[in-house]
Amino acid sequence: MDTQKIPSPTLTLPKSLTGIQGLDEITGGGIPKGRPTLVCGSAGCGKTLFAMEFLVHGAMLYDEPGVFFAFEETEKDLAINVVSLGYDLDKLVAEKKIVLDHIHIERKEIEETGEYDLEGLFIRLNYAIDSIGAKRVVLDTIETLFSGLPNPLILRSELRRLFRWLKEKGVTAIVTGERGEGTLTRQGLEEYVSDCVIVLDHRVTEQSSTRRLRIVKYRGSTHGTNEYPFIIEENGFSVLPITSIGLDHTVLSERISSGIPRLDTMLDNKGYYRGSIVLVSGTAGVGKSSLAACFSDAACARGEQVLYFALEESPQQIMRNMRSIGIDLDQWEKRGLLMFHAKRPTFYGLESYLTAMHKAVNDFKPRVVVIDPLSSFIIGTNQFEAKSMIMRMVDFLKINPITVFMTHLTTGVNDFTGIDISSLIDTWLLLRDIEIGGERNRGMYILKSRGMAHSNQIREFRLTEHGVELLDVYVGPEGVLTGSSRITKEAQEKAGQLLRSQEIENKQLALERKRKAINAQIDFLKAEFDAEEVETLNDIELNKLRENLLLQDRIDMARNRKGDIITNKNSINKARGNIAKS
Amino acid sequence: MAFEKAIEIAESANYLLRLYVAGTTPYSVRAIANIKLICEEYLQDRYELEVVDLYKNPTLAKGEQIIAAPTLIKRLPLPLHRIIGDLSVVDRVLVGLDLRKAKNSNLVK
Repeated sequence: MDTQKIPSPTLTLPKSLTGIQGLDEITGGGIPKGRPTLVCGSAGCGKTLFAMEFLVHGAMLYDEPGVFFAFEETEKDLAINVVSLGYDLDKLVAEKKIVLDHIHIERKEIEETGEYDLEGLFIRLNYAIDSIGAKRVVLDTIETLFSGLPNPLILRSELRRLFRWLKEKGVTAIVTGERGEGTLTRQGLEEYVSDCVIVLDHRVTEQSSTRRLRIVKYRGSTHGTNEYPFIIEENGFSVLPITSIGLDHTVLSERISSGIPRLDTMLDNKGYYRGSIVLVSGTAGVGKSSLAACFSDAACARGEQVLYFALEESPQQIMRNMRSIGIDLDQWEKRGLLMFHAKRPTFYGLESYLTAMHKAVNDFKPRVVVIDPLSSFIIGTNQFEAKSMIMRMVDFLKINPITVFMTHLTTGVNDFTGIDISSLIDTWLLLRDIEIGGERNRGMYILKSRGMAHSNQIREFRLTEHGVELLDVYVGPEGVLTGSSRITKEAQEKAGQLLRSQEIENKQLALERKRKAINAQIDFLKAEFDAEEVETLNDIELNKLRENLLLQDRIDMARNRKGDIITNKNSINKARGNIAKS
Repeated sequence: MAFEKAIEIAESANYLLRLYVAGTTPYSVRAIANIKLICEEYLQDRYELEVVDLYKNPTLAKGEQIIAAPTLIKRLPLPLHRIIGDLSVVDRVLVGLDLRKAKNSNLVK
């Protein structure tokens, strides 16, 4: 048998999408379809909103009409409460996509006489469900029945019957419950609803509030078990699991200038990627904001809209400061290309700040977002929250896709971000102090830059009245030098070089001279040799002639003596040949 | 005293009662029988009783804010009261109908 078979979708528990951002990811597709889910939490944690969103999304997005049974609020209140989220309940009701029913129980009007059941509620529910073919049901907060009806024994057995009935009816239900002491709900509803239990929590730490969501139980399905922070923002409920928000956003290969030509050169000659996340980190006063201003300036010059989140300085201050390095941001603000959003995160709290950012981004629709500085989000010991918040924000911007430029103040000289967000960053520039020779200079290098061949050089980073300049640093046997020491060292080097080049020239001259001398000598010797050669050849010739003559004489003499001719015939012939030759 | 006044009114006023039941369950059957007996005994000739089956008129459940079945609603005289259950505890029914003070309700079984 093939045991490693991947379960087909039909075998897994059918789920019903909630449409709540992030929740469907944690639960792997929503809450169990056709079963009741218990959502519990203390007052004001967002139970009703959670349930309402589930219902409205069902009606609007998934073509699943829904029934909302409110035990606490009237239909009118409910409609008003969700108007702020942009839902028009009245319209949905008129379109028969949603049925609202307010169940009102006045204890003092009720007299209990003998046995009864809650069939009236069942009939109401059944009628509401059937009237619009509802697939989703919300009972908010059913525990109210306990305060309205006197007999808890009847109520318990009827609730048990109700949940069974809901299951048989095949509707996906959300039942909300108020958190009790030591139990999930006051009346122990978790006993009846055993398929899926979600706990919402609202707590205040370090004077800032965080909402969290946890899935306590999800029978028959895997689910994220962490506590996930969630926020209630303009467009509703949003659970933000760290790993959730799409890693499937579109990736752009377009490149945009950093506003500093030399930096573009370092970045593969083209600059940043559009839609990437750029982080500049460094200690105080190294020029992080100046880099941000350069980038903003360049973006505005291209005609792109820039949204500048200033977390520590006022816009006026930023613009004044940037004027001193020759960057005129005022013009862009006047032309509506640059917008500042200056608020401290402590003013709102992290979640609300995120909400405000979302809203600002949605309203202004920028192509570049600057966050200066990121470190302001860390208040006290909220690093975890800050990280998840930043992550959510970055994801949100990346999806859009907006190029994000963030600055981050580090406390030490180490490459330490304070919050571990390095994995989020596409291009990370590091600015650092270099202290040599009683001077403080700025050095910059690229710590990482995904997807491009970037320079590994340290550059000296200078803020001049014409803007930001990047210079080569002096790298020599004495280490990295910047500022005056670099200039001194460079002058020294120059002098030394001059000296050396003169020496070389001298040597070359001497060599030339030597060559000339040698050549002259060679010529002389050659002439001498030629003369000698001629003389010697003449001598040899003379000697030969003399020898021949002697031989001839001897032959002639022999002829005269008429003797020994035959015996010497050979030698005579030989002699003759010689004569003929010469 | 409001209650005495209510009793006073109750002693002479016409009653408009509506009993909501959910089908022919034992509860329904008992409730119908009980209310008829109570009305004949205490409200002879000055009551109007209507029995409504919620299964046949489901919309009324919403309009009348019915949860439990059976539910007897005393529409007139005011104030409106809901009496839930099979009406087997006569004293409590009488209290609900403003025909008896609540504190005496446990005296007669």
